[in-house]
Amino acid sequence: MLTASIVVPFAGAVLLVAARRLDGRTARWVAVAATAVPLVLMVVAWVRYDTSSTALFQLNERAPWIPSLGVGWRVGVDGIALALASLTALLFCAAVAYPVDTKGQPRHYYAWMLFLESVSLGLFLTTDLLLFYVFFDLSLVGMYFLIARWGHGQPRVTALKFFLYTLAGSLVMLLGILGLYLETDPLTFDMATIIRTQPLAGAGLRAGMVLLALIVGLAVKTPLVPVHTWLPPAHVDAPGPVSAILAGVLLKMGTFGLIRIPLAMLSDTFADWAFLLAIVATISIVYGALVALGQTNLKARIAYTSINHMGYAVLGIAVAGAMAADHADARRLALTGATVEMVAHGLITGALFLIAGSFWQRTQDYDLDHYGGLAQPARTLTFATTIAAFASLGLPGLAGFVAEVQIFIGTFAVYPAAAAVALLGLLITAALFLQMLQKLFFGELPPEHHQFPDLARSETAILGVLIALIVLIGVYPRWLLDLIDGTSRLLVGTG
Amino acid sequence: MDIGGIAGELTVVAGAAVVLVVVLFVRRDRQWVGAPIALATCGIAVALIAIRLATRPQELTWHGAWALDGAAGWAELVILATTAITVALSPQWFATDARHGEWYALLLLSAAGAMTMASAADSLELLLGVLLSSTTGYVLAAYHRRSALSVEAGAKYFLVGALTNTFLLAGVALLFGAAGTTLYDRTATSLPGASTVTLTAAAVLVTIGLAFKLGAVPAHTWVPDVAQGAPAPAAAFLTVAPKIGAIVALARILSLLPDTSVGWRPLAAGVAALTMTVGNLTALWQDDVRRLLGWSSVSQVGYALMAIPVLGRSPQALPALLFFITAYAAGQLAAFGVVVQLRGRTSLEDYRGLARWRPWIAAALIVALLSFVGIPPLAGFTGKLLLFTATIDGGYAWLAAVAAINTVVSLFYYLRIITPLTLDHGPRPVPVLGRSAAAATSLATVLVITLGVAAQPFLDAGQNARLLP
Repeated sequence: MLTASIVVPFAGAVLLVAARRLDGRTARWVAVAATAVPLVLMVVAWVRYDTSSTALFQLNERAPWIPSLGVGWRVGVDGIALALASLTALLFCAAVAYPVDTKGQPRHYYAWMLFLESVSLGLFLTTDLLLFYVFFDLSLVGMYFLIARWGHGQPRVTALKFFLYTLAGSLVMLLGILGLYLETDPLTFDMATIIRTQPLAGAGLRAGMVLLALIVGLAVKTPLVPVHTWLPPAHVDAPGPVSAILAGVLLKMGTFGLIRIPLAMLSDTFADWAFLLAIVATISIVYGALVALGQTNLKARIAYTSINHMGYAVLGIAVAGAMAADHADARRLALTGATVEMVAHGLITGALFLIAGSFWQRTQDYDLDHYGGLAQPARTLTFATTIAAFASLGLPGLAGFVAEVQIFIGTFAVYPAAAAVALLGLLITAALFLQMLQKLFFGELPPEHHQFPDLARSETAILGVLIALIVLIGVYPRWLLDLIDGTSRLLVGTG
Repeated sequence: MDIGGIAGELTVVAGAAVVLVVVLFVRRDRQWVGAPIALATCGIAVALIAIRLATRPQELTWHGAWALDGAAGWAELVILATTAITVALSPQWFATDARHGEWYALLLLSAAGAMTMASAADSLELLLGVLLSSTTGYVLAAYHRRSALSVEAGAKYFLVGALTNTFLLAGVALLFGAAGTTLYDRTATSLPGASTVTLTAAAVLVTIGLAFKLGAVPAHTWVPDVAQGAPAPAAAFLTVAPKIGAIVALARILSLLPDTSVGWRPLAAGVAALTMTVGNLTALWQDDVRRLLGWSSVSQVGYALMAIPVLGRSPQALPALLFFITAYAAGQLAAFGVVVQLRGRTSLEDYRGLARWRPWIAAALIVALLSFVGIPPLAGFTGKLLLFTATIDGGYAWLAAVAAINTVVSLFYYLRIITPLTLDHGPRPVPVLGRSAAAATSLATVLVITLGVAAQPFLDAGQNARLLP
């Protein structure tokens, strides 16, 4: 079943490439259909998932691939992976359905989107370390072509920078993965086995090197300061729905990888370095927020808030991995919070980037100073943006708050100083979103925007779903927390 | 006399003779008959070697002068496949050359030289293989007698070759002096105790000599010229077949040396690191696709060389080497197959928008280049994965890190081809060359994908392969 959710979008992509006669409308419907299947499958997986089980991975499916290297087609989920895979399926469905200028090549655009969905789901669902790397790498290829071909501004330069930067990160991670793999006996890439046996426990310097390689590689993707510089141009130049995927799905690969590989597989070594990671995360939180405040470009501003928000997630992960046996509950809370942060950020920033895409479709302009007073002509747009922005700044009752409050409680127990500094980030984010709303929707309406069209029905419907989920998680998060908490408990190692 | 042991080589030489005789008697417009004869020869030789590998133990024969091990067998099969694909690329390319029948005989002889290099377990045997492969190679590179570029490529190939072959000769002489024998198995037993200076000098000289055949630093300068100037099928052949023979030969001869007294492992690691770095950095700004492929082939050889310093230290080293050179061969043949199909068009400009007009040809080139980068699940990825694993396992993690950095750098210039190829609008390209070239290119491309996706059978063969003595 999990395998099917990876295969169906891929098959859809192949179909779109092969069917030369298909017009743009049909291509879009084929794509929407192909993204709906994994979404349904994820709901089924959610129903069948047993939150009280003591097995880390459930719904396992496996087939031999390269047995002599210990590589196999292994898929399965824990609560964290299931939450992120569901988010992925949902965001892709939304992004594919969202109206966008496909520059006369709809089939190829939707084919690449489906390809990217297939590898993204593969990454979250696989329980084989090598397959994880394979999907990690392939996501770069998909994103490269989407930005280079359908981006604006200087798409090729941006896409090249993105590809080079993140490939460097992924190769560093590969070296780390191989360092870990070579310590297993018999050699295997099976995540469940590696997590159980902790092959590098007590390996000293060697374990430190492997951990460093893994964290640096994943930090590029997350991204953490100072290896974040690929992100803002990539976001600004990508088409709106692609930015939504980049922020909502691809960035999660970094933080998900941090939980899956260093935290789970090298927990002893991770604990030694957790504080350092927490410091880097705190710097990312504050730096991302400050730089975002300075942006006048709508998309660049949202992009930098991603660095800030992913900083919270990494902070939560660092706290979860800290060597503090007496704070077990706080660490569990932090890990659950980090995962909810990922889901919430995916929904919120996904929505914000889709909205930014709508702005581009209408005016080909991202400069905040060129807007104003749009509350008048575009009410629905104003409403949707306001909710998403409030959620992003962490207003209680919305998804971002649920995540951040757990991260902060956990962090205060373990690293109070880091938590105190990170609070600054919350303040700045609040300021920058309020200022953004003010510039876009209030004040004087520039004459050229008197006829600014409000959201179309399809846009409203898609954003409506995302916002409904943001509110639902904010008001009644139990269903999501239950799913994640069981896994956090297993990973952090408390009863 | 163990004729069965060298039946593959004998078949190839006999096939060359048959081609030479037959083309003497056919009309000028039927010179292509050399191609089917050469293909049949390759087919028979492949069958004979496959039977040998399946039925005979991995052993030395001809009093120890000839190795019948898995490494040699693998290399011979890849060389023969390379030859067959090159043959298929040739008839239409040379259609206007009234004497091109001889071309097939030269190709077969050159293949025999490369196969001899891979199998030689005696330093004189090795010299024989190197010389046979070199002399035929010079002619193959300069085969377009009226093209200045082709003749220049042949001349440069010859000059570098003449110089480095003397180095090889000197190295072999030193080894002979130290061991008192040219046979590898006896050399291996008598070397410990020999003077470190002599052995180090021998290691350096032999490495330089074989670096010529490999296209590795410091004897790599001919590669871009041959890639650009030689007839495109010759470029495909010369950047693959001799390299495969030479890398197995280098692995075999360096493994003889005692690594306690001779630093051949760091030497090979240094050559590997330098070769990949020089190849990649020079490839960065090439505007000529064939020249770029030449430099890229230098860097690929650098990756392949990573396996040599960890031979005997990591069980993955030999399988990694064999798998990677196969992946490289398939990728390089696919890429040059595309060049042949486009009638040798080589300026980057000519490739703009190719995906729109000729999606399949563009796809073949993209697959080949992405495989060179090491994007999964293509052959190059599995090859690099094995190499990285072997080098980290064998204690050369820094070499894997250098290779990783180089991979990122290489992505830049491969994308300089891929991006305009897929995203730009270009003029309608030239008509493609013909069916047999298309078939050969497709075969190579399919191999690039198959080797990556279904790697297991190849890995099994690689795990069982040994490097004698």
